[in-house]
Amino acid sequence: MLSLIARRLLAAIPSVLGIVVVTFVLTRALPGDPAAYYAGPAATAEAVEQIRVKLGLDQPLWRQFLDYAGDLARGDLGLSVSTGQPVSEELLRRLPASLEITLLGLLLAGAIALPLGILAATRPNSWIDHACRLVTTLGVSLPIFFTGLLLAYVFYYLLGWAPPPVGRLDSLYSPPPHWTGFYLIDSLIARDGRVFLSAAGQMVLPVITLALFVLAPIARMTRASMLGVLSSDFVRTARASGLTPATVLYRYAFRNAMLPVLTTLGMVFSFLLGSNVVIEKVFAWPGVGSYAVDALIQSDYAPVQGFVLVMALLFVAINLLIDVLYTVIDPRVSIES
Amino acid sequence: MDNRVATLDATSDASRPSALAAALRHARYVLGENPVTAAAFALFGAFLIAAVAGPWLAPFDPLATDAARALQPPSSTHWFGTDQLGRDIFSRVLVATSLDFGMAFAAVALSFGLGCGLGALAGYYGGWTDRLVSRLSDTIMAFPLFVLAMAIVAALGNSVANIIYATAIINLPFYIRVARAEVNVRRNAGYVEAARLAGNGELRVLACHIFPNILPPVMVQISLNMGWAILNAAGLSFIGLGVRPPQPEWGIMVAEGGSYMISGEWWVSFFPGAVLMLAVFCFNLLGDGLRDLIDPRRRT
Amino acid sequence: MNRRRFIQSAAAGSAGPIAASSLPALAQDAKRETLVVANEFGPNSLDIHGVGANRPAYAIAVNAYDRLMTFGRKKLADGTMSYDYSKLEPELAESWQVGKDGQSVVFKLRKDATFHDGSPVTARDVKWSYDRALGMGGFPQFQMRAGSLNDAKQFIVVDDHTFRVELDRRDKMAMPNMAVPVPSIYNSTLARKHATSEDPWAANWLRTNTAGGGAFRVEAWRPGQELIYARFDKWRSGPLPRLRRIVQREVPSAGNRRALLARGDIDMTYELPPKDFQEMSKEGGAVRVVSTPVENALFYIGMNSARPPFNNPLVRQAVAWAMPYDRLMDIAFWGRGVKMWGAKSNTPAAAVWPQPTGYSTNIPRARELMKQAGVPDGFETTLSFDLGTATVSEPASILIQESLALIGIKVSINKVPGANWRAALLKKDMPLIFNRFGGWLNFPEYFFYWCYHGQNAVFNTMSYQNPAMDKLIDAARFETNRAAYEKQVRGFVEMAFTDIPRVPLLQPSFDVAMQKSVQGYMYWFHVQPDYRTLFKA
Repeated sequence: MLSLIARRLLAAIPSVLGIVVVTFVLTRALPGDPAAYYAGPAATAEAVEQIRVKLGLDQPLWRQFLDYAGDLARGDLGLSVSTGQPVSEELLRRLPASLEITLLGLLLAGAIALPLGILAATRPNSWIDHACRLVTTLGVSLPIFFTGLLLAYVFYYLLGWAPPPVGRLDSLYSPPPHWTGFYLIDSLIARDGRVFLSAAGQMVLPVITLALFVLAPIARMTRASMLGVLSSDFVRTARASGLTPATVLYRYAFRNAMLPVLTTLGMVFSFLLGSNVVIEKVFAWPGVGSYAVDALIQSDYAPVQGFVLVMALLFVAINLLIDVLYTVIDPRVSIES
Repeated sequence: MDNRVATLDATSDASRPSALAAALRHARYVLGENPVTAAAFALFGAFLIAAVAGPWLAPFDPLATDAARALQPPSSTHWFGTDQLGRDIFSRVLVATSLDFGMAFAAVALSFGLGCGLGALAGYYGGWTDRLVSRLSDTIMAFPLFVLAMAIVAALGNSVANIIYATAIINLPFYIRVARAEVNVRRNAGYVEAARLAGNGELRVLACHIFPNILPPVMVQISLNMGWAILNAAGLSFIGLGVRPPQPEWGIMVAEGGSYMISGEWWVSFFPGAVLMLAVFCFNLLGDGLRDLIDPRRRT
Repeated sequence: MNRRRFIQSAAAGSAGPIAASSLPALAQDAKRETLVVANEFGPNSLDIHGVGANRPAYAIAVNAYDRLMTFGRKKLADGTMSYDYSKLEPELAESWQVGKDGQSVVFKLRKDATFHDGSPVTARDVKWSYDRALGMGGFPQFQMRAGSLNDAKQFIVVDDHTFRVELDRRDKMAMPNMAVPVPSIYNSTLARKHATSEDPWAANWLRTNTAGGGAFRVEAWRPGQELIYARFDKWRSGPLPRLRRIVQREVPSAGNRRALLARGDIDMTYELPPKDFQEMSKEGGAVRVVSTPVENALFYIGMNSARPPFNNPLVRQAVAWAMPYDRLMDIAFWGRGVKMWGAKSNTPAAAVWPQPTGYSTNIPRARELMKQAGVPDGFETTLSFDLGTATVSEPASILIQESLALIGIKVSINKVPGANWRAALLKKDMPLIFNRFGGWLNFPEYFFYWCYHGQNAVFNTMSYQNPAMDKLIDAARFETNRAAYEKQVRGFVEMAFTDIPRVPLLQPSFDVAMQKSVQGYMYWFHVQPDYRTLFKA
């Protein structure tokens, strides 16, 4: 197991290096001149030049890259010029916010999609199969910003059921003392029921929006994978040997069908984390996605680089986790394959 | 429609003589059995008509502003109402079809061509080619894709061409993976050996004998990707990195209309959003339908 | 009872250790003494002198720092309170004396004033702060120089509570310029503790910390999320604010902000699209909209007069006659602004700025001018605007595109992302732009110095060169004779109108929407919230 992890990590190094280089080049190719931006509205050409030197942007590109790589090696992601904060600090503070809704969204989606997919697979071409397809496909077809706007409009503005879309907590409360950064967990640690309720309430709409979006891939993969497994020889054998349908379904079929579903979950998770940018905008959610986008629009290099790097590392970590889970679920799966 | 799909299917089964007739029968069976897919094909046809004939079908000039009829609710004259500049939303939505479909189609075609080529080479030759291509695809995959697309558009400037490139790049890995896996399975198949023994060169074997056979699984990917490409372009527009005004585009229309929702003018973003959703929906159903069509298990 | 109300009433009905605002006995008072504000974005720095400090950061200077002087207040025609440009009032300085030659000022500091950490405010802090504004370079330096404060030698500590400023010339902008947010007074003892040899002005520390003595302390700042102010109870530089706590949240979506306000979840918001302000001002109900025309500010079309085709004044006049003025006002701005066209002629009646031009929409006349200019068939060009201002810029650009097409000018529209906008302005290569400019100091020649003068500042987005106009602008800057001054102002305004390198469209209006219970709102030239005067009824 340990050698598997080590080998996987080694294999990830070229990708991560590639990402560091590509991100660096890409941010430098952004058309905006950060020096002109930060020199302020009244800047003269000299003032801009002054700022350029201050920001180290007068150096040749390779020099800038070496400086950046050196800082990275020391674990320093640099300083965001637009928020004035160290990027690593800010990412650390914002990551839990993104992770919290993403994980809950996945959980909710899984809770709905897995049974739905199994049901659809056991009764292919029945009404439930068609309904499952229709619902999940509708979910993935919704532009996520449109769903968010619509939900906020209907459930907050028209009906008043949901709390106002102002971020992670109602403005009455202060965030709970920091332990994990997940407000739900932190408020439980602090034994503060009201903050817990408020944090949970704020999450309802973004989580539903996210869940709607990822319902489809999970349900589809479950259905497809279950269909494949159900028509495979070992299930036929199990059926023929007189096992009850439930046993066949859950003990044999489901377990085997889980493997591709797990892969899908992992992919969906890292995809969501990076792309719930728009959700964060709609619900004023202080996550990493909106942080990166704001920085991108302002040609603020460090946060974009830091964000992409962290996402890439997360991606590697998740894939690793899935591989490990694979071997747990199905010991036959060899690492080499 | 049936014909179209059948032809595709036929290429995959070039080795069988009566493949066309069989595939046609199969398609009719699957569509008859699965009304949702049939509906999706019909919808796709409607969208195609809108994309091609949109400018002639539109009842109003999609660019003409009119202060006197700004923000009118849907009526018998303006089916989808009018926007903040008094432009007819129905006409704009209709005309936008060709742009949105065009962008998605171009992007998918690009990533299909490039991705399949690279993937097939990697799958066929293995070794260093494989390692290089796989690294490339891993690297792209490890990026947060939407942010990568944003960065590309931001860096190159927001034009239709750049949105297409960005969308094509983030779709690349999917094609590389599918093509690589499919070619890898087939490279030592009997008919491939036969083709080699008949004196065909390696590249010729790959291009003429293996490649046609990996098209069906790739077709499914294409259909799913079309929907995703449309969403992606719309998302870029929502952030402000979309096509230039006043050109109508669904994503921009939703984004611009978003702020009118609270004040009660829901139709400004609702209709473009609904049509956008319908288009993506249609592609996703098509993808499913295609998969059913070509699933060998269902063919028996 | 919906969930949110439930949570709120639960909060009000039970004791809890977390938020002081939820203690039962105090709950009602706390609600009245807490102001919840939501804006599109918040500050990126707590230090107005810092590199790249954005506009919301100016509000930190206003609320958490003091200056020597502040402006008086006056009631505008519509009953709105506004700062009064002509009146200076004490803040940290309890009195001051301007020398007879107008070239020096002696300030007497208030003896009871302290910073938030309790240390007294001395003249050394004032000097350090003024030195810092100059020494940090960039925007604060530029602003100080606008009032003839060019050199640290001009700032003299006489004793603990006496501070003298020396000017090398008589300058009417010098005194008001010391009451703008930039020359805020920093706690130099505290700030110096965090200074290093590389960072002598403690810029790194002050970016995320405050060292002021203003009416409010920054209690918490989560960049990109929220800013919380708490009242500084020992504030002596003015009447103690009635608000105890201000929660300023960042809510990017304008639609959400409007909904929050309509449902009473926030007390106040700035910067909504003009349509929302327009509708809310008509709706009545619990929300009130206050609008004030922004002084010395204009939305305009700038034409690059250094290059063809806009180097031809006839083409520029044609463009000015082809602008769809009424439609711009109605559709793009929802009537929120003051029209800047349709005067009797281009000869100004009064020495004021901004004022309407003699142009109006007249397509035949524009076509005639195009013919005279030798381009009867028109040409192709690009109209650029800042993506960040798309709410009004985009509809406006589309209307302008449509209108210019009528005289043969084919316009393609170019949205420039925020980061690129400044760089693009500096390059001065955009042929046609839709933009806005406002000057803090309310003098016509100040506006013209930045926007029309041949020194070619970045705001002279047209690269306009006119030596005759430069002469008038320079003369007006230090003119002491009223009649001569007015003649100079009328002179350069008329040149700007007839030669028309930029077409004034309208004077923007600054709008704030708030609950009716929010009182004491005051308009400021820096258009940032001043929480010191606000309270909830």
